[in-house]
Amino acid sequence: MKFVRPARILAKPWIWSYLGALLVWLAAIAFTHGYGAGGMVTAALALAVFSVIAGVAQMFVITLGPGNVDLSLPANIGLASAVAMKMMDGSDALIVIGFLAALASGIVIGVFNYLLIRLLRIPPIIATLSASFIIQSAGISYGRGLQIKPPPGYADFTSAQIFGIPLLAIGTAMFTVVMAVILHRTIYGRSVLAIGQNSRAAWLAGISVERVRCATYVLSGALGGVCGSLLAGYFRGSSLEIGDEYLLASIAVVVIGGTSVTGGRANVPGLWGGALFLVLLLTMLNTFGVSAGIRFVVTGLVIIGVIIAAGGQPAGR
Amino acid sequence: MSGIVESTANVARISRTGFFLRFLRAALPGLSFALVILAIAWLNPRAISYLGLNLMLNLGIPVALATVAQMFVITVNDLDLSIGTFVSFVGCVAATWLRDAPFLGVAVLIGSVLLYGVIGALIYLRNVPSIVVTLGMLFVWQGLAILVLPKPGGKPPVWLHDLMNFRTPYAPFPIFAAIGIAAVVEAGLMRTSYGAILRGSGGNPNAIGRAGWSLLKTKIVMFTLAGLFGVFSGLALIGLTTSADANIGKGYTLLSIAGVILGGGEFVGGRVSPIGAVIGALTLTLAGSLLNFMRISPDWQVGAQGGILIIVLAARSLINQVGRTAP
Repeated sequence: MKFVRPARILAKPWIWSYLGALLVWLAAIAFTHGYGAGGMVTAALALAVFSVIAGVAQMFVITLGPGNVDLSLPANIGLASAVAMKMMDGSDALIVIGFLAALASGIVIGVFNYLLIRLLRIPPIIATLSASFIIQSAGISYGRGLQIKPPPGYADFTSAQIFGIPLLAIGTAMFTVVMAVILHRTIYGRSVLAIGQNSRAAWLAGISVERVRCATYVLSGALGGVCGSLLAGYFRGSSLEIGDEYLLASIAVVVIGGTSVTGGRANVPGLWGGALFLVLLLTMLNTFGVSAGIRFVVTGLVIIGVIIAAGGQPAGR
Repeated sequence: MSGIVESTANVARISRTGFFLRFLRAALPGLSFALVILAIAWLNPRAISYLGLNLMLNLGIPVALATVAQMFVITVNDLDLSIGTFVSFVGCVAATWLRDAPFLGVAVLIGSVLLYGVIGALIYLRNVPSIVVTLGMLFVWQGLAILVLPKPGGKPPVWLHDLMNFRTPYAPFPIFAAIGIAAVVEAGLMRTSYGAILRGSGGNPNAIGRAGWSLLKTKIVMFTLAGLFGVFSGLALIGLTTSADANIGKGYTLLSIAGVILGGGEFVGGRVSPIGAVIGALTLTLAGSLLNFMRISPDWQVGAQGGILIIVLAARSLINQVGRTAP
């Protein structure tokens, strides 16, 4: 009976993402002969935060079932970063206002996405894609020539550390615990899972499917807004391309973290494993000194490798 | 007796409404195209000339080819997010190796088409969502494009440049090219028996599978065709632009999906229209010129494409609703 427990841990889908993260970290410090090992972890935690926030958003949406995905996240993040910086206007007194404005912009995008899906009866992929076109243009037009630095207080907050652990990482860790509780212990969270497993059965069981779907797209939009404003603080300014990498990142951390891409099964701890794995993978490739082209190719192949290894539903539809 | 007559009249009325709605749906791509052309003619009559149309429709050809590629993938209920960076990659290969070392260039392009087929096979065999796999491929093609051509530059092979700048009599080359592409794909996908099987494998995979056709094979065929038309798209683009860079096809993923939908394609169920897709692609290209004539800031270029997509989808959903509630 002694060997049951390790076996049970290995059966958890998220354990592989942490093992992967550990492996690439070891490979990186083996290359530098142990130099900068701690610094790498600190930097990785700081960068992983943004992928985790975007990942939580994407995870709730993907868990709603096949076809549900939020492709507007990158544009949303880009616009929110511009909104936050413009509202804060470099002044410490306006930090809260700017943050709330970015959050509001995200919520509006979430509502817009849902309305497109509901009113036009189009698949979420197409709806969020069309929305992202429009958000992108709004972002370009709104953020034209925008070179506003974040308020010093906000910039310090986003890069503050406690004993080598970024403050944001601690905050995001607590946030993910809350989201895990919401997912597994509240009526809303369980409804999301039920809809993902079988939306018709969920509807027959009396769950108001449309209200839950609406809440989920709004949640995703809101988290995009939060992610954008934090990114603008961390990278000392906004840009439209700031969110570009989070389309791949948000979907990748969900997939790598052991969440079922066909919906109905979500995994919160895996998001951190997936995010750390992705960031450390890039760190490792950077320490190896490979070119940007190879970095892209390897990142792409890793995503494909993971999804192919994980596989989809065994039987047909 | 009178009851029978009445119900026959009812049936006739239903089928007439149904026919009209179906006709409206089918005419929607053509109507939007005509609307854009008319708007351009009204704003700037001089644009409707040999030279003007040539300039405006020129870049529609690579977009139309990419849209057809996307259409093949959508036919089997998948989505290709990587077509844009694939077009970039093909462009980079065309502007470097295809000119300097034609055999290597051709081999690489054939290899990449085959890789598309392999991707289709993987998606089917592992039953994984195509958006995740093609999102990974988006990065792979992007990386390969940067590796082939780290800095913008290169030059297309002379024959490619000459082909794309061919001056045809009566009407500009892009119009002939668009008609040619639409005719070939329409004939292959809509008028052959295997084309029906291919579409059926998107419409009702179980039925096609039970009837003894290999779904693996249809998936591979469709993805390989997508790769082939992706290659054509990249070649056409480089023939027109005369130099390449690793981001040249960036907007093509969005354009191609929008083109298919605009052209009357359904997102699932194998219901697509090659002619519609080509018209959809040209409409989106012309919409860009129209915005210029209307002096709308280029900032809103992509936004307008999104807006057009939403309007068309709204119109279609309206027609469907009327169809459902009609007596």
